[in-house]
Amino acid sequence: MIWNESKECMSRDELANLQGARLRKMVDRVYHNVEYYRKKMQEIGLEPGDIKGIEDISKLPYTTKQDLRDNYPFGLFAVPRSEIVRIHASSGTTGKATVVGYTRRDIERWQECVARILVMGGLDHDDIVQISYGYGLFTGGLGAHYGVENLGATVVPMSTGNTKKQITMMEDFGVTAICCTPSYLMYLTEALEEAGKIDSIKLKKAFCGAEPWTENMRREIESRLHITAHDIYGLSEVMGPGVAGDCKFHAGLHIAEDHFFPEVINPETLEPVAEGETGELVFTTLTKEALPLFRYRTKDLTSITYDRCECGRTSARISRFKGRSDDMLIIRGVNVFPSQVESALLEIAETTPNYMLIVDRVNNLDTLDVLVEVEERFFSDDIGELERLTKKIAHVLQQALGIAPKVRLVEPKTIERSEGKAKRVIDKRVLV
Amino acid sequence: MITKQVSVFIENKEGRFLQVAELLKDKGINIISFSIAETEEFGMLRMVVSDPEKTVNVLKEGLYSAKLTDVITVKLPNEEGTLFGLLKVIADTGNNIRYMYTSLGDDGPIVVKTTNQEDVVKALKDKGFDV
Repeated sequence: MIWNESKECMSRDELANLQGARLRKMVDRVYHNVEYYRKKMQEIGLEPGDIKGIEDISKLPYTTKQDLRDNYPFGLFAVPRSEIVRIHASSGTTGKATVVGYTRRDIERWQECVARILVMGGLDHDDIVQISYGYGLFTGGLGAHYGVENLGATVVPMSTGNTKKQITMMEDFGVTAICCTPSYLMYLTEALEEAGKIDSIKLKKAFCGAEPWTENMRREIESRLHITAHDIYGLSEVMGPGVAGDCKFHAGLHIAEDHFFPEVINPETLEPVAEGETGELVFTTLTKEALPLFRYRTKDLTSITYDRCECGRTSARISRFKGRSDDMLIIRGVNVFPSQVESALLEIAETTPNYMLIVDRVNNLDTLDVLVEVEERFFSDDIGELERLTKKIAHVLQQALGIAPKVRLVEPKTIERSEGKAKRVIDKRVLV
Repeated sequence: MITKQVSVFIENKEGRFLQVAELLKDKGINIISFSIAETEEFGMLRMVVSDPEKTVNVLKEGLYSAKLTDVITVKLPNEEGTLFGLLKVIADTGNNIRYMYTSLGDDGPIVVKTTNQEDVVKALKDKGFDV
């Protein structure tokens, strides 16, 4: 079943025309409403009239996360604030969050994109769907929630945590599908196995995202939980979850191309790479009202194919992500930049910028240990004081990162120094 | 009297304490009193030694976090009630004990760290303690 056949199965020619028309309208609106972009276009002598079709997209300037931060919080909005019905935010590299906004129509389109993916996975209005993504500023929870409601299925808005309760709800309500991170799903699987409840729940489908996972992990989850698991991708800057998702053939993630125009570029030269070659994924939003973006560099590395899929959808598909072109980590679905740790530590008088992040996965949940050297300046003979300091550092880091790390004081000089860029992260997680 | 105590931060890893002991032995340093307190993550080794300044330097060269702190040493005869007597004097001065430990050998002093150590030493002297 296909949720929106007219859009999802358009011929590539029709699609190009639609994208071109949408791009022209979007560039014109942005030029007249977003000072930042107007200036950028004027600097390169570009006018809205120069964009005639989708092929002219390469005339537009790129946009990066830094541009959003520089215009924090609402500088890139293309509509008056009174038209913004929702704000979301995600981590920035240092301190400031990346803020995004939505008009009523943006929310409607978002819901529709998510519904397409839920239907790709075989859901319909009879399903009962548990949302175990975090609700709040993070786009995961509310994004999935509205998509399920749009489809007409039943939402159980559990958010994250409290696994015992999650299982009880699944049993008692006859939940048939779940939306959560793949690592949480593994954790849940083990909890169900331990409780002997794998067969006492009616779960059939899962939609996993917010962090990378491998084909092997998907197969593992599917065989142990007796379900099918789908990949759902998105990023708040572009919209939220629902930018792309995989169908039952699991041969790449279909992009909602009528809304988001994808490019894959060489991150060094900024030139497009050939079809099938790995590069950095870039999106231009064609229909977003509140926060339209030109050629947003996602820093996610992938490859793209335009071949028609067996499912009948004609939209381009991107491969499983191959990594990031920056140093961002994803820990329990939360974006963490090592530089956030550094700037937080520099705020604390007693610590030095020598730290090490050890990321691991224990019982299927990501862990973050932050090693901080004991140094002359704050070394206290008083254990109570050292413990207070440890707690203080942990608290500051939790505020800065949005997740609670374990802080460990280590002996001086045990953290590797280096000539060039210091290695600050040891990621012990092995994506099986 | 007030003595310089050496305290060393020891990561909770196998053999760390042994390594410290070996280092001190190799440098000819004698440990008179010591205590090792632990938390889940690390240990705090506190010692009264034959040459505190040398010890701290040796440890710092060995890349340990070491520090000198003032503590009170007092000799207590090994009889009933002497501990009680010591604690009473300290309590009567209105000061708190941060930590305490004993020494190796019969004649070894008790090591005490309190708030306002000058006051405590004076009080102990007045009451006839061998401080």
